[in-house]
Amino acid sequence: MKVVIQEQPFDPSQKVADYQDSLKQGSYGGVVTFVGTMRDYNDGHQVSTMHLEHYPGMTERHIEEVCQEALSQWRVMDILVVHRTGEIHPNDPIVLVAVWSAHRADAFDACRYVINYLKERAPFWKREVTPDGARWVEHNTKDLGVAASVKRPA
Amino acid sequence: MSDVTVRYFANLRERMGRADEKIALNGDKTTVAELWSQLSGGESIPANILIAVNMEYTDASTELKGGDEVAFFPPVTGG
Repeated sequence: MKVVIQEQPFDPSQKVADYQDSLKQGSYGGVVTFVGTMRDYNDGHQVSTMHLEHYPGMTERHIEEVCQEALSQWRVMDILVVHRTGEIHPNDPIVLVAVWSAHRADAFDACRYVINYLKERAPFWKREVTPDGARWVEHNTKDLGVAASVKRPA
Repeated sequence: MSDVTVRYFANLRERMGRADEKIALNGDKTTVAELWSQLSGGESIPANILIAVNMEYTDASTELKGGDEVAFFPPVTGG
């Protein structure tokens, strides 16, 4: 399991390929990935740039905890999470969650669980630059309560 | 030592005008709520502010000890 927080832009496909090279070849049957990218609008406003702040130490720790929970709840082999901070532009990848598993069902469920919990719990804050000036995004409204609704394995 | 480190993030950091500070606790068994009151001149913690002590989420009734790191921040918006 690996969690990376970085200011540098990243190529999600390259990150997945590089990490997959480090896994035991032939042991996994698939990888499910979620890539979150930046929109150029939010709440009816054009957004030209975004700044992402985090809490160094706590952010990494909470994402690692969420990945450990996923690894213990589903039959998945490994998880990679990469998250940007700093200045971000439209279309830039912001977050990558990749889950390797022998079978797809567990990988889909674990991937959804990690991204939903990350959005609810990991300390990141977005500040958007719009034509009317900069503003802090106040909450991920649509995500409230999502994690609780994620199906847990029987 | 009875100092704690207090950290602020995002719009709360801007509102406070500082990212962090050292605060001497007023006494034993000071809670997070009492610390906030001490910092803000008697106010209670706004409803939408999240609290972490030593990088774990907690609530305002948590008792602090010297060396703790207390963080106050608005709801998270990552991902």
